[in-house]
Amino acid sequence: MAAIFSPAANLAAKLGLIGAAGLVLGGMSWWWLWPRTDYVRHNSWFVEQPVPFSHQHHVAGLGIDCRFCHTTVETAGDAGMPPTYTCMTCHSQVWTNAAMLAPVRESLANNTPIPWRRVTDLPDYVYFNHKIHIAKGVGCESCHGTMQDMPLSQKARSLTMGFCLNCHRDPAPNLRPPEAIYDTDWQRTPDTPSPAALAQQYHVGGRTLTDCSICHR
Amino acid sequence: MSPRGALTLFTVLALLSGCDDMTVQPKAGAWSPEATLVTPPQDTVAWGDAALKPPPLTLALLQRGQQRFRIDCTPCHSELGDGNGMVVQRGFPAPPSYHIDRLRQAPTQHFYDVMTDGYGAMYSFAGRVSPPDRWAIAAYIRALQLSQHPPATAVQTSR
Ligand code: HEC
Ligand code: HEC
Ligand code: HEC
Ligand code: HEC
Ligand code: HEC
Ligand code: HEC
Repeated sequence: MAAIFSPAANLAAKLGLIGAAGLVLGGMSWWWLWPRTDYVRHNSWFVEQPVPFSHQHHVAGLGIDCRFCHTTVETAGDAGMPPTYTCMTCHSQVWTNAAMLAPVRESLANNTPIPWRRVTDLPDYVYFNHKIHIAKGVGCESCHGTMQDMPLSQKARSLTMGFCLNCHRDPAPNLRPPEAIYDTDWQRTPDTPSPAALAQQYHVGGRTLTDCSICHR
Repeated sequence: MSPRGALTLFTVLALLSGCDDMTVQPKAGAWSPEATLVTPPQDTVAWGDAALKPPPLTLALLQRGQQRFRIDCTPCHSELGDGNGMVVQRGFPAPPSYHIDRLRQAPTQHFYDVMTDGYGAMYSFAGRVSPPDRWAIAAYIRALQLSQHPPATAVQTSR
């Protein structure tokens, strides 16, 4: 009996199988891996801003507290962006002719806000609130990275749901003493109270922080 | 589930999947243009920004004042209040020291008013420091002044 398949059919079958496997793998990485990459999540992206504002210069260099500019961070859900008036508190007198600061002066003259572009942005179906985190001893660094060392702001943490839940399952090791909350270079030292002591001091625990309704309300 | 029910469910779900995923919603946030307006619209008063009588002097008030002073005032006035803060060292016109006679004799209300209205080269802090905090800072400036000029009766010589 003559062979039904010619020898070339072997090759075709192999190629077909490899192709199918590749399709499955490719599909899976497109569906599952690709959305989790730093590239898609904009991690460590420098965002082009209308004015090249440097946290490194203003916070680490000049020692200005985060709350000088982000005034509502301890009292409201939004941290708040500084209005032009805040910049002009100083820049009405220092660096008054710098071309770099022209958009700031124009903004004041024309009464139009500076269009800052977002660095960290949660989808709007997620509820987030700064006040509770600051009040319970979570430092800015836990979510924003070492802002005071950034010459241009960049997103330092993925801010995925997994990231939030990681801490919400057991916040204690991430809490800091009140005086360290705004210091993004702070490190735990032997004198730091233990995680358990901090959790007690801030009355953290006894709530299920992983309930969907905490963040999706 | 009957095949017909399954089909209906499938159709409904398939149609729903085309709905907006609510990633972008028309909520007001820190980025809304009205939140970062350079100057607020005419005749608006910041929420909770009504004039206030000075609160009683307590330790908590002074501690609050110290915290707020270190956030909003030290860049120029320095922690000592001598007017030699970091921004002044980078070229900002130097403010007067709090320890000169004129400011030691000024009423506490004067400090409150300087924060509310600004003073010369110093911009107003009305939008950044709430009225209760203004009194707390004013009280703390009084404490700073005392620390540099303690009354003779308060100074004890140690033997
Ligand atoms: C002198 C004013 C000033 C101070 C002080 C300051 N910031 Fe900012 N901050 C800004 C401005 C202006 C922007 C917008 C431009 C940018 O993204 O860099 C910003 C942006 C940010 C953003 C990104 C917001 C976003 O999602 O786009 C974060 C996070 C932030 N600041 C955190 C901090 C922290 C933490 C501190 C204290 C360690 C601090 N800032 C101190 C002015 C300031
Ligand atoms: C408390 C005072 C203060 C405030 C508020 C302030 N700056 Fe500055 N800024 C300075 C000083 C002082 C320098 C000069 C730094 C130096 O000489 O080392 C500076 C420098 C700069 C520079 C020059 C480039 C550099 O080296 O970073 C830019 C741009 C700038 N500021 C933007 C801003 C913007 C935008 C805001 C408002 C969000 C702002 N600043 C608010 C004090 C301030
Ligand atoms: C638990 C995590 C977390 C902590 C801690 C935290 N932030 Fe944020 N921050 C966020 C998230 C998430 C966003 C984006 C919010 C959004 O998109 O609605 C954000 C946004 C911001 C913004 C942009 C303006 C706004 O309100 O959306 C600024 C400025 C900011 N944070 C400053 C700070 C400062 C300063 C601190 C420390 C005092 C701090 N954050 C602590 C998670 C955090
Ligand atoms: C480093 C730790 C940490 C991270 C990261 C963190 N949280 Fe939290 N979160 C806390 C703590 C601690 C509390 C306060 C719990 C309590 O009240 O006992 C809290 C409380 C909250 C609350 C308020 C719950 C309520 O009803 O009072 C919300 C909403 C919330 N977190 C959302 C988020 C979101 C969204 C993210 C991710 C962007 C996030 N958190 C990331 C530690 C964290
Ligand atoms: C600590 C806060 C938090 C809690 C608790 C939480 N989520 Fe989320 N969830 C988030 C954040 C943040 C995102 C947005 C992630 C992103 O940027 O893609 C999200 C996104 C989602 C999405 C959309 C995912 C996508 O890729 O479009 C779904 C669905 C979801 N959450 C379901 C749930 C369910 C179900 C629960 C309860 C078991 C839950 N979440 C609890 C913070 C939370
Ligand atoms: C950007 C720098 C800067 C900051 C920040 C600042 N000041 Fe001033 N302050 C000045 C300057 C400059 C003067 C002198 C103004 C003049 O005489 O033209 C001054 C003057 C004063 C005076 C003296 C007024 C008089 O009668 O001579 C007081 C009181 C005062 N400031 C209080 C404060 C308080 C309280 C804060 C914090 C909420 C503060 N300042 C923040 C720069 C600043």
